[in-house]
Amino acid sequence: MGKHDWMAAGLPTEGENSKHPRVGAVARRDVPVCAPGDRLGSVDRTRGAAVVVDADRVVLGLLREKELAGDPDSTVEEAMLNGPSTFRPHVPVKEVAGYMTEHDLDSAPITTSDGKLVGILFREDAVRSAS
Amino acid sequence: MGTLIDRDQLRDLVAAGAQLVEVLPEEEYREDHLPGAISIPLQQLDRKGAARLNPNRAVIVYCWDSA
Repeated sequence: MGKHDWMAAGLPTEGENSKHPRVGAVARRDVPVCAPGDRLGSVDRTRGAAVVVDADRVVLGLLREKELAGDPDSTVEEAMLNGPSTFRPHVPVKEVAGYMTEHDLDSAPITTSDGKLVGILFREDAVRSAS
Repeated sequence: MGTLIDRDQLRDLVAAGAQLVEVLPEEEYREDHLPGAISIPLQQLDRKGAARLNPNRAVIVYCWDSA
């Protein structure tokens, strides 16, 4: 275990950089999750996004509003955005806000360095924290 | 002789009184370090540097990654 692994897990640090907001502090932890085999119509769409994970909570895909509006009888696996862009919790929010704006990403899963879900970051939250 | 540990083991050991040492350059330590860690850059990890440590307590040394 090294410092990178500790920070990538979203754990607290001390030092000068701890004063700048990081993704882990801004991401929403109460993100709807679902499995690839679930029926799309059964997924919680109240947040406008849901993350597809496996049994170990490793991120497999993302359901944005566009995907959530699909055929409710299709499976999550058929509808989801495969391999979405993800960020680590220790990355400065300012850096991610710029990237999400440039690439028109409304949301992005936040994961540990081994791909496990920590939360979800919405662009409006990132931009507001970065300003 | 050293033993590789994970995050949970680190937290348990620190809670039990282990000393935490970052061996990266001081500038990197100043930017970010694990809570409660002290800085002894690798080049200074000699007898003089180690004299800062309590020989009766476990010592955990960490770098950027486990490589």
